Order: sequence, then C-alpha cells, then structure tokens
Amino acid sequence: MNESIVVNGVSKRFTMQYHRTLKQITIAAVRRQPLSETFLAVDDVSFTARQGEAIGLMGLNGSGKSTLLKLISGVMRPDGGTVLTRGRIAGLIAAGAGFHPQLTGRDNVFLNAAILGMSEAETKAKFDEIVDFASVGKFLDTPTGQYSSGMSARLGFAVAAFAESDIFLADEVLAVGDQPFKKKCLQRMAEIKAEGRTLFYVSHSPGSVRRMCDRALVLESGRLGFDGPVDDGIAYLKYDASDARPEDDEIGADI
Amino acid sequence: MATDLLEPRRPPDGPLEPPGDYGGLHNVFRERYLLRLLVKKELQARYQGSFLGLIWSYIQPLVRFLAYYLVIGYVLGLNRGVQNFALHIFAAMVMVHYFTETFSAGTRSIVRNKGLIQKLSMPREMFPVASMLVSAYHTLPQLVILFVAVFITGWDPTLADVAAGLLGFAIMATFGMALALLFSAANVFFRDFSNIVTTIGIFVTWSAPMIYPFDRIRKLAQGHEWVETLYLTNPIANGVLLFQQLFWIPTTDPTPADPTQDPIPLMPDYLLTRGLIVLAACLVILAFSQWVFSRLEGKFAERL
Repeated sequence: MNESIVVNGVSKRFTMQYHRTLKQITIAAVRRQPLSETFLAVDDVSFTARQGEAIGLMGLNGSGKSTLLKLISGVMRPDGGTVLTRGRIAGLIAAGAGFHPQLTGRDNVFLNAAILGMSEAETKAKFDEIVDFASVGKFLDTPTGQYSSGMSARLGFAVAAFAESDIFLADEVLAVGDQPFKKKCLQRMAEIKAEGRTLFYVSHSPGSVRRMCDRALVLESGRLGFDGPVDDGIAYLKYDASDARPEDDEIGADI
Repeated sequence: MATDLLEPRRPPDGPLEPPGDYGGLHNVFRERYLLRLLVKKELQARYQGSFLGLIWSYIQPLVRFLAYYLVIGYVLGLNRGVQNFALHIFAAMVMVHYFTETFSAGTRSIVRNKGLIQKLSMPREMFPVASMLVSAYHTLPQLVILFVAVFITGWDPTLADVAAGLLGFAIMATFGMALALLFSAANVFFRDFSNIVTTIGIFVTWSAPMIYPFDRIRKLAQGHEWVETLYLTNPIANGVLLFQQLFWIPTTDPTPADPTQDPIPLMPDYLLTRGLIVLAACLVILAFSQWVFSRLEGKFAERL
C-alpha cells in the first residue's frame, strides 16, 4: 500500500509569551513568576494515510486541528516525532489564503500557484478555471486587500483546488463563503478525491465529512482520541446528538 | 472537461519526505520563477501609490551625493588634495547604499511577509534573497550615473581594475546577504533586531573610505600598524576600496595640473589578494548564517 502521509509520534509545543519586554521579564523574575508557560497543541499523534484516502479531521475549537495541518503542510515543524509526506501538497490553512494585500487578485494567483510549485505555463493553463471557479469577476485586477473575506477565501480555495498536487488539505473551507460556493467547494473536493489525491478535510460539519470521507480522526486537546470509520467518529464526538437542522448538517455550517 | 478531471491521477512515485524541507540557499536559486515573482512584488510594493516611481531611485542618491560632496568637500575642505573627490564619494556611496539596503530590507523581509509564511510552505530564504536582488536592481540607476560621470572625467581602467570592481561588488552582496539572512531570522523572535540594523547602518557609512580618503587612515595608523589592519578587516571597507579601484583610481592623473593635489592616490597594499580572502571569509559567514537560519525557521510560523 502506498503511504501518502506518515505521522509518527508528533508533538508541537507552543509558548504562551506573557513577558516580552526586558522590563516585564525583570518584573516577573523579581516576583518569581514563571517567565513563560507552554502547552502541547499537538500531543503524540500518530497515523498513516494511504494515497487516495479521504480523511476527515474533527474536533472542538482549539483541539489542534489547524496545527496538525500546518505540520503536514510543512509550514510548521514538529518538536517531537516525524512527519513524512509523498508528492506535492496544496491546500488552504485556517480559512484564508496567503495573499499579499497590495497585489492584485491576478498577481496573487500567480504568486500563490508558484509557491505551490506550479510553473508559469501550468498556472496560465489553469488560470481561467481558477478565476471562473472563484467568480471574483471584475475584481481580478483589484488589490486583494480590498476584497471581502468571502472573496479572498474563494480565490484562495480556487488556486489550491486547481493546483497540481498529490495531497489536498482543506481547513474550514466552508466556514466562509455563501451557500452556492459551499456547494461548489464540496463538488470540487469530490472531484479531487475521485482523481485519487489524498484528501485531508477539517470540518465541524458531520454531514459533509460523512459524504466526503472514508475515515475520521478526532482530536481532543491535541491528542488523537479516535481514528476509524466516519460514523463512529461522529458518534464519538456526539455531534449527531446535536439538534442541527438538516441543511446545516448537509452543507456544513459551523457548529 | 469534467470527465477528464475524474480520471484517476498517476500516484506520486517520489520518496516519503519531511514536508517543508528545501535544503537552504542553493535551492532558492533553482526556483527562479518564484524568485522573479517575489522580486516583482517587492518592486511593486515599494513604489505603490508613487507618481514618480523609479525616478526616486535617481533623485535620492543624487541628493545624498550632493549633500556629502558640498559639506565634506567644500565646508570641511576635504576635496583639497584629493583628485576627483566627487567620484571617490559617489563610487563608495553606491556600494555602501547597496549594502545597507540589502541589510535593512532583508532583515525586515521575513516579518513583512508573514501572511505568506504562516500559510504556505516554501524556502523562506527566498525573502531575504529577493530583498538583496531588489537592492541590486536599485543600484542600477546609480551605476548609470556613475558610468556617465567616469566617462566625462576620462576613464581608462585596466583588466585588474575591472576584476577589483567585480570583487568589491561580490563582497558587498555576500556580506549583505549573510547579515540579512541572520538578522531576518533573529527579527522574528525580537523585533529589536530591526533597530539594531538601523544603528549598525549609521556606523557603516563612516566605517569605509567614503567621505574621507584611505590615506587618512594610513596617517592615523602611523606607528600603530594594527589600526590599519583592523580597519581593513571590515568587509565593507574592502568592498568600497575595490570598487573605487575601478571607478575612481583610473580617472586620476599621475601628474595633476593642480600641484596641491596628491599625484597618485594612496590605496592599501595587496588590495586584490586581501579582497579574495575577505570574500572567502564572507562566504564562511554566509554558511554560518544559513545554518542559524535553518535552525530558527522551524519556529517562524508560530512566532510571527
């Protein structure tokens, strides 16, 4: 079996910096207060994803989902354990693209695609599809700093979704954006999955995870609490017991 | 169209690798397309909302030059005794400015691009390298002015002079890059470092023979050779002297019409040999900076 993501005993520790200036550090030292406090955002997580697998990552806010995604994408490095991936990675982390606000939408598409490892020719070939998908229309040559949050999320998702990649990471893609766009996103992710790419999907919506994924991981304060079939994962989180309206369940409103 | 998209892709056949591991500086220059986009982005950002745009790159050095030349040359009277003192100042200024620009813009580059760094994985050395290239781009207008000036004055450089000029530029680029890399990483952890850079920048202007000729140092060092030796360990002084060897020395006249002027301007001994040693030392510093940078970059995303 061809592994796509191998996460082995991975931990990530963050420092909560209470004292940043020399003055504050001195005062804290005199008062014998701790100089810094740390916590484990991701705590000894291990799992292996096969190429083409669609994994739904669930958990409450602050349970370490985005941190785990950043470790897999290479934006962060683990403090303990190892992360190994195979092939190109694209995706959207923590709802919102890495855009430069002074550049136009067009320039940001090219810059983002280049960072995702696409050549100029590859980007040009996909450009119309990306713009069409994001439907930013006449704002394509406006600096992205002036975009609404929904618009820049749409463009960010579109670049990542049409980039050449073997692993696709989607973090809370449905948290912003309107209903028609959410539908388009889910459709595009279904295509990505059908193409045989590894899909790593963070969501609070049990319905979309059920529809999209063949396996669920549940994080609980940084630890991997559950790894197995989607329905059992949702039951584990007790999300099913909630009285979410059916259309929320289907499309994925934030709970 | 939709049906081709649904065809299963060929699974990747590469090895399993740690994500976000790009192997440092030499790989930055392999990703030339991305580097070009970043340089373009920096240039656009710098002149955004500016009506005159790139013309500022001509105006600012000219004004800076005039200020130095008038005050140092005439008010302090240093141009007496030095041939073509204007060229002496301007050649040095081009190099000093290139260095300080690379250093200060490079140091701020990681923090300024945190939007990208927190979300996307790429060789982060890209950003200080792009700053260095942008600064090089900005020295082009100054070089144009310099070339016009030396041609008017009368310029006949030897091949060794050309080699000296190139060596000087290489020293400035390497040293500026090394410090930019080191300080850009440090600046993520303590923003104090961008202030330290500004402070060092003040010193840099005076640490090279720009507004005073090198013979002042030689005179000062009489009887204390270590002063001159110490002065010449500074890569910036070496870069400036080598650059002046190309753009100032070949314009001077061994038998000047004005008898109060020194016939042959004084330059340090073994200029080229020392330059090569300094360049080698700068490459070592660059390697060290890269080592520190790759130690620290794992924590960039969380500390920005």
